[in-house]
Amino acid sequence: MHLALRIARRTGVFVVSLLGASLLIFLLTNALPGDVAQVLLGTDATPEAVAQLRAQLGLDRPLPMQYFSWLGGILVGDFGRSHLSGLPVLALLAPRIAVTLWLVLFGVIGSLLIAVPAGMVAALKRRSWPGFTISAAAQLGMAVPVFWGGILLVMVFAVWLHWLPANGYVSLATNPEQWAAHLVLPSLTLALVQAAVLIRYVRSAFIEVLNEDYYRTARSIGWTPMRALFRHGIRNASISLVTVLGLQVSTVLVGAIVVESVFTLPGLGSLLLTAVNQRDLLVVQGTVMFLVLAVLAISALVDLSYLLIDPRQAAASEQGEGSA
Amino acid sequence: MSLLEVRDLRVSFGRRRVQAVRGVDFDLDDGQRLGLIGESGSGKTVTALAVMGLLPENATVTGSVRLRGSEIVGAPEVALAQLRGAAVSMVFQEPMTALDPTMRVGRQVAEVLRLHQGEESGPARERVVSMLAEVGLADPVRIADAYPHQLSGGQRQRAILAMALINSPDLVVCDEPTTALDVTVQALVLQKLNEVLTDSGAACLFISHDLAVVSQVCDKVLVMLDGQVVETGTVAELFTNPQHPYTRGLVATARFDQTRPGQRLPTVEDFYAPDTSVGGRP
Repeated sequence: MHLALRIARRTGVFVVSLLGASLLIFLLTNALPGDVAQVLLGTDATPEAVAQLRAQLGLDRPLPMQYFSWLGGILVGDFGRSHLSGLPVLALLAPRIAVTLWLVLFGVIGSLLIAVPAGMVAALKRRSWPGFTISAAAQLGMAVPVFWGGILLVMVFAVWLHWLPANGYVSLATNPEQWAAHLVLPSLTLALVQAAVLIRYVRSAFIEVLNEDYYRTARSIGWTPMRALFRHGIRNASISLVTVLGLQVSTVLVGAIVVESVFTLPGLGSLLLTAVNQRDLLVVQGTVMFLVLAVLAISALVDLSYLLIDPRQAAASEQGEGSA
Repeated sequence: MSLLEVRDLRVSFGRRRVQAVRGVDFDLDDGQRLGLIGESGSGKTVTALAVMGLLPENATVTGSVRLRGSEIVGAPEVALAQLRGAAVSMVFQEPMTALDPTMRVGRQVAEVLRLHQGEESGPARERVVSMLAEVGLADPVRIADAYPHQLSGGQRQRAILAMALINSPDLVVCDEPTTALDVTVQALVLQKLNEVLTDSGAACLFISHDLAVVSQVCDKVLVMLDGQVVETGTVAELFTNPQHPYTRGLVATARFDQTRPGQRLPTVEDFYAPDTSVGGRP
């Protein structure tokens, strides 16, 4: 299939998934018991007052109407206004997105920096103690809940050693040094937990490479095992690793939300939790919609990145003999 | 001193120590071509990998393999890596999978050069293109810029041949280099192998199950059976006066010219019954 056609098709899938997700998000949030009018007026409010406020906020309209007006707004970049604060949802989201984005970015990079070398050694030394140790450590790491890992790191690096702040956030614009200091522990927490999961995949991807003929060829021309794996293994192994990374995006986001609450970072997670508690539905919908958008966008990019990694797929796209 | 001296080579695998090679001895002089012939599982590939020091971790090797007097068995990996690709190189059986699918062919050939001679990319590229031409690839520039999947099996095998020969090694180990190719391409690749070996003066350890193929490349042949060498001789000696019944079977199966149409083709088993013979299987 042609490259352009492949991209067009992938974009089509992307749009349809987004529409489906928007409907699902809308229905689920509206299925939550209680509403924002009740929260705003308090438990003592008369039913008349609640009804009046609901009408003001447009909550008395039929659900399909509410859905389409919300969806129509999104299409022109308007996610509505928070019922509670009256601020545009987008204005609430923007600073939060930056926090979560940094956390996820550093978390993923960190997890790769840990998992790729560790997984390579685990594959190469799989029959001796370094391999066993790494595999065992990864198993242990997977059993550690994110929040507990975070608390442990805070105890060591913030409470005992006083190297890093225990929680809070400073924006990059305000003070880059403080910004970095506040992100180290949260990113490390996310990275360690993700790395524990990734190591197993990296290990098996590289074990596969070790059994390939081209690895033996690389050895026969004079590469040592580790260097042969670096030179000819990484790109080949990354074809399967990218798939795993794409699938892990949603897990990383969920992890980020937990990490945010451990370190009281003002990211999407805390915004979402507060909004759910206050039944600020438009904020909930907007936040979840953004998260879904991020996950779908990343998995679309993962799909297209195969073209960069694997020349066989790129060729198949050009010659019109590949599949989507 | 011979180029390669193999003495009482024994290789076993796994905890149960299954013996794949059981005491093999041979010598290979500079420029000589030695054929190693036998059926699947006779230990010929394991012997070749032992010469390269490329046996898997679970292999136990005893005996001695000396290349220009220096011991290969038990040598440290770094020392072996310096020999491989420079003094001794290998051509594998499967051209379809032996090249890295994500790297251009020219770069893979140049890698061998740079790994051992530290050449800059400019002269390396010229050398690669001329080497690809030497192994008989028309349009070597295009081949150098192609990915392996864009080449045919014969083209890939010749690119691998170029990799094996670019550093002018003393010894080239060929493990069934033409088995995966169809017959016409096979003849072409063998002819090129002959030419480049003659030009470079490299010795060759040529492994095959096919006596007809071995006879096109080698002067001398070892017949392997169940991890042991059962017969040694020149190609002419083997064809005219095979001693071991297994060799007689091999010769008969290689000589279709003596079979009439409609007649049942000879098999090795017509000449050699594994249970009763000397050097037979356990």
